[in-house]
Amino acid sequence: MEKFSTLKSRAVPLNISNIDTDQIIPARFLKATNKKGFGDNLFRDWRFDKVGNLKSDFPLNKPIYSGSILVVGNNFGCGSSREHAAWALTDYGFKVIISSFFADIFKANALNNGLLTVEVSDEFLVYLFKLIEENNKIEIIVNLKKQTINIDGESMSTSFEIDSYKKTCLIKGHDDIAFLLSQKEKIISFEKQNINLK
Amino acid sequence: MKETLFDKVWDSHVVESIKKGPQILYIDKHLIHEVTSPQAFNELKKRKIPIFRPKQILATADHNTPTKDQHLPLRDELSRNQLSQLSKNCTENNIMLYNLGHKYNGIVHVIAPELGITQPGMTIVCGDSHTSTHGAFGAIAFGIGTSQVAQVFASQCVLINKPKSLRVTVNGCLKKGVLPKDVILYIISKLGTNAGTGYFCEYAGEVFENMSMEGRMTVCNMSIEMGARGGMIAPDQTTLDYLIGRKYVPKGNKFDEKATFWKTLKTDEGAKFDKEYYFAAEDISPMITYGTNPGMGIKITEDIPVKNNESFEKSLEYMNLTKGESLINKEINYVFIGSCTNSRIEDFRVAANYVKGKQKAKNVTAWLVPGSRQVKAQIKAEGLQNIFEAAGFELREPGCSACLAMNDDKIPKGEYCVSTSNRNFEGRQGPGARTILASPLVAAATAIKGKIIDITQENT
Ligand code: SF4
Repeated sequence: MEKFSTLKSRAVPLNISNIDTDQIIPARFLKATNKKGFGDNLFRDWRFDKVGNLKSDFPLNKPIYSGSILVVGNNFGCGSSREHAAWALTDYGFKVIISSFFADIFKANALNNGLLTVEVSDEFLVYLFKLIEENNKIEIIVNLKKQTINIDGESMSTSFEIDSYKKTCLIKGHDDIAFLLSQKEKIISFEKQNINLK
Repeated sequence: MKETLFDKVWDSHVVESIKKGPQILYIDKHLIHEVTSPQAFNELKKRKIPIFRPKQILATADHNTPTKDQHLPLRDELSRNQLSQLSKNCTENNIMLYNLGHKYNGIVHVIAPELGITQPGMTIVCGDSHTSTHGAFGAIAFGIGTSQVAQVFASQCVLINKPKSLRVTVNGCLKKGVLPKDVILYIISKLGTNAGTGYFCEYAGEVFENMSMEGRMTVCNMSIEMGARGGMIAPDQTTLDYLIGRKYVPKGNKFDEKATFWKTLKTDEGAKFDKEYYFAAEDISPMITYGTNPGMGIKITEDIPVKNNESFEKSLEYMNLTKGESLINKEINYVFIGSCTNSRIEDFRVAANYVKGKQKAKNVTAWLVPGSRQVKAQIKAEGLQNIFEAAGFELREPGCSACLAMNDDKIPKGEYCVSTSNRNFEGRQGPGARTILASPLVAAATAIKGKIIDITQENT
């Protein structure tokens, strides 16, 4: 997993709520057995028309928007648990997703792939969308160590929450497997008292 | 301390709590399938980590499989590759696989309960969000991503923060024609699709006490559709009656011992939940969805609400429906009875009971897809297959099928499908397909009439 500490980037706005993982990556593209190449089909049915041409009105296709931060509406990543959604977003080049609310499984999947999910207030999200609309070149600074978001040239900023264990994992680029393996003895001794294994 | 059912099962599986961090939760049963496991197997292989407890894993092929001619080699090369990877991974690691064509094959959330692998008080995970289904037995069951599948392979544990607790109580007596699917669609329509995010939900009250295990599975299945990680129902005599004699359930004295333990798994009187909701059974009617998330549901006799909101309008535009419109008499050309929500024997009994002596409408293509080979065998044994065939329906082979349209079972662009599955997302049943979620009774009636009808006026 790649390390993450701070990021300064422009942002792509996608002001839609309840974006489910079927939209992020439709099921028909889940037939691969590795993690690569899912970015090509990110938001497939929104980004492309029937014959495979880019739809010019979809924000990701608008040349005025760029950057590795995606700003999205409330309840992002609901629905299917497919981690392919996180792989598609990182493969496409996103490193941070900002929303006012993330679905549980998506959030865990994203963090397990070094994709930082940042939860801000509804008000701050509205403010962000407005700001990007007014100036698509504006840069957002996400600082994981300080847990803050600043906007280049603006006074408004906000802080965000993250579990301190996950924060350390992201900063060091560690995943959970190594940690769990270091706990093997405890796990084995727990098994002896587990009634469901008797 | 007064404890909830959720607390009892969760706390008894915590190996360790990390300071200011997640807990290490021990997993009793790990279910896997072809789509979300290959990258996890690869990860372990790459890091030379062995599978820690292969005996606690069960594999099946379901998402990507055809529902016709299962004895023939798969035509789609990518699907074939995914299935052969699963076989190879399972063989190499000594994991039990009920592969395509095996008499126990079927949708992962249908076969584990039917084989008695799912038991009260267990922790169960699977790389699939509808793992919540198994909560019907009083188990803690939830979906995980592929990184977590790899964690469980490596350690039989997941690192997770304990969710908060939520209880939905429904008392009273359900009206005629109101099925478990209507109950959960009603709850989600009232609470919305993220009311449960961060929570585990317990369903309590007379409605669930009087419900069959199949019905409880339908309800718990859709917990994820209100955002909850899982749902659960306290085990009772209905649970024990369902379990006894199943393949992996202990027999004789051992069963009695287990049963004594299982009966302790209920919420103590006075235990506190973080959130509680109450509904009355009498308020629930046959339900239908009109939008592109499962929270967009109405009583079948109600009109589509009138709301000015961008997401709402975008959703109606996709569905080609208008505000204030009624869905009664809407012509429907596709009907799907299947998926881990409604593909158990009881669902086909309901459908057959309605269909008996009637004929399928000419305009309708109907797919009846049992959840497992065992369900299919039972449909045959109970004579339901004859009823379906006489009415012009074809019974297919088990699998996820048109629920997520990874195989050939896709609804054409622009067509409506009345479906017993759990998700009406854009394109879920095929690019451009328009899904209307409903109970198996409503689906069967739609297939007969060729349009949506007011089922409450029918003799059911
Ligand atoms: S039937 Fe549908 S919801 Fe259930 S496991 Fe298969 S794809 Fe998922």
